[in-house]
Amino acid sequence: MPTNFNLNGKPASTNADPDSPLLWVIRDEIGLKGTKFGCGKAACGACTLHVNGKAVRSCSYAVKFVEGKEVTTIEGLGTEDNLHPVQQAWKEEIVPQCGYCQPGFMMATAAMLKEIPNPTDEDIDSNIVNVCRCGTYYRMRKAIHRAAHLSK
Amino acid sequence: MSRFLLVLLPLVALITLAADLPPADPFDTMMDVVTHKRCMNCHPSGNKPRQGEDSHLHYFNVQRGPDDHGVAAVQCGTCHQSKNNDYSGVPGAPHWGLAPLSMAWEGLSRAEIARVILDPEKNGGKNLEEIVKHMTEDELVLWAFEPGVDNEGIAREKPPVSEADFKAAVKAWAANGAPIPND
Ligand code: FES
Ligand code: FES
Repeated sequence: MPTNFNLNGKPASTNADPDSPLLWVIRDEIGLKGTKFGCGKAACGACTLHVNGKAVRSCSYAVKFVEGKEVTTIEGLGTEDNLHPVQQAWKEEIVPQCGYCQPGFMMATAAMLKEIPNPTDEDIDSNIVNVCRCGTYYRMRKAIHRAAHLSK
Repeated sequence: MSRFLLVLLPLVALITLAADLPPADPFDTMMDVVTHKRCMNCHPSGNKPRQGEDSHLHYFNVQRGPDDHGVAAVQCGTCHQSKNNDYSGVPGAPHWGLAPLSMAWEGLSRAEIARVILDPEKNGGKNLEEIVKHMTEDELVLWAFEPGVDNEGIAREKPPVSEADFKAAVKAWAANGAPIPND
């Protein structure tokens, strides 16, 4: 039985084992490589995407749960001509170092800003708990505040 | 022969002793489950859940949030789905979340926990019948008996009482008028 869902606004379908991680389907079957694999145990946040607008760690999300839902990955957050405020802010603050963790952080940030449009540093500490091996946290914090400003 | 008797006699004595023991008090049986870490970890007295066999504070600064289901970008559902995930080792059950602060059990005695459970001001307005239903039918409550494996594939410890015995104990306790022994 295929699993049907919307991916970045377009219909998508997979015949993967219903218990397969959504991350595998997105990366290996559909071929969108923006969403990253870090730990596979919901600990690092590299695989964060949105399901019905909420942040989800897709390494720990069985694809069967996505049936009928709307999935957004970093590829669908904005467009090259019309970047999402989070992407724009990330560019302006030159946040990434190696870049591997960044899509997950941006997706988590975009999810937070929907509910907390003007996050305090404390809000950021509570909501953005992904892991960056390169230690770009300081620039990310600046970018998150900038994204909040750009979203106004 | 005498050696055989030497082994057998203590065994018979033990079995006789066990048969003479009064049946376990339903309250105690129920509380053996309620006070187990599989339940207590998500009934904290503070604003952070606990996790693991040693009940450490939940990693990743996970917080209760405004509706007991986490904060905007770190919801319980960011990682926990409606079923255990044996690949990642993340546990799951429907409406995974913290018990409301009014139902905090951490630090309370068994009798105090029972009083909290029975208090409609604290338990979400439930009467005894609804409490029994919640404790014996709610899928998140019953997850404790099927807690799955951790991220190393190691089975999580289950409560010391079987699901069937727990349900029977809750029902028996309620049928007796839900007595709470003295602390
Ligand atoms: S890869 Fe999913 S949280 Fe680390
Ligand atoms: S930029 Fe390298 S891991 Fe975050």
